[in-house]
Amino acid sequence: MCDTCGCNITPGNLHLVSGQGKLARTEDGKAAVTVLTSLLHENDQQANHNRLHFNAHHTLAINLMSAPGSGKTALLEATIEALKDEFKLAVIEGDLETENDAARIRAKGVPAVQITTGSACHLDAHMVHDALHGMSLDGVDILFIENVGNLVCPASFDLGHHLNITLLSVTEGDDKPAKYPVMFRAADLLLITKTDLLAVLDDFDPQAAERHLRELANTAPALRISARKGNGMTDWLDWLRQTLAAHRTGLRQGGTSRPSVQPDGILLHGLEPSAVSHSHTHPHHHLLAPPTPLIPRQG
Amino acid sequence: MPWHGCAVHELSICQGLLEQVEALVREHGACGVSRIYLRIGPLSGTEPVLLEQAFTFARVGTLADGAELVIDTLPIRVRCKTCAAETEATPNRLVCGNCGAWHTELLQGDELLLASLDLELEDTHV
Repeated sequence: MCDTCGCNITPGNLHLVSGQGKLARTEDGKAAVTVLTSLLHENDQQANHNRLHFNAHHTLAINLMSAPGSGKTALLEATIEALKDEFKLAVIEGDLETENDAARIRAKGVPAVQITTGSACHLDAHMVHDALHGMSLDGVDILFIENVGNLVCPASFDLGHHLNITLLSVTEGDDKPAKYPVMFRAADLLLITKTDLLAVLDDFDPQAAERHLRELANTAPALRISARKGNGMTDWLDWLRQTLAAHRTGLRQGGTSRPSVQPDGILLHGLEPSAVSHSHTHPHHHLLAPPTPLIPRQG
Repeated sequence: MPWHGCAVHELSICQGLLEQVEALVREHGACGVSRIYLRIGPLSGTEPVLLEQAFTFARVGTLADGAELVIDTLPIRVRCKTCAAETEATPNRLVCGNCGAWHTELLQGDELLLASLDLELEDTHV
């Protein structure tokens, strides 16, 4: 057997030692194996399992992300107040410590499971899977997952949800989307919160925030709300209603929504779906028929 | 100069990476791995320098203990939906470099991939 000069390479096995073949050799005699799998593959597999679970219950799962203190829990409290007679809601809360947020949700009459991560700065699909064991999704229309307050890490982790909502409060800088591009690029909706405070602030321009969002090539709508005072709540609730309806229509047509967190790059490398995790941006599930895009972005 | 960012993220990525590598080593009946090639884009949410540092700790005692980590960092490239140009871009300015439109599609730059491995097979040991 002479691998050095290639004399045992035949037309039949040539493909195995060419650059794309599984047994291609490196200069120092190692076997070069092409892999092209996401480093988050294991999380993504669990996320897809979670997504199947949500879809089986026709539950729309929404991941809420923001810096700490942007108003995620207050938004949920106000949303529950407005929608609790219209939809069945449930919440998964994520914090490093305390059950405070889950307690606030339960006080509104909605079931909530608290994930305490200890020191983990983001939720992942395994944590959400475990939390789902603590609740029933029977009849649940919308499950909100309130992620750990953090503008960095949560954006990278598919939880099996359908949509990302990123909150930005007016007491933060309006250039946050430029500072945290991965997080804001992942938003399917940007919610500018605490807008009642604009009257006493002179350094937050909602249009600038939206402009920075557009520079991330993100077409997501940008809504302005005050959960505490009620400003903009009508548009927010209408967005939720439309989104839920569109999601359910898509499920009936055999597809699913996916959040913008998955890398476009994988798809465009022309990789086989089986060679990578199931994460990709097109609303597509390889076990079901390919659907049309489900959540129409405005703009 | 060591960075001290949120390297916990990179450490957990290393753990996932090493699990994948070990599975692939076993799958190919190899006895080890000498080089691990990653492809990481600027929009992946993962910092290559921190990943390299985390890897030097995470690989100890594993099949990849002596393995070299090679990270390919591809630049961000976008394709314009208005003028079809393909241009390079920066993480927070993904607009078309040709016409300035912000309706672009990302071609490259958010990868977080285990690209390939150089495995040590039994018959490579003389």
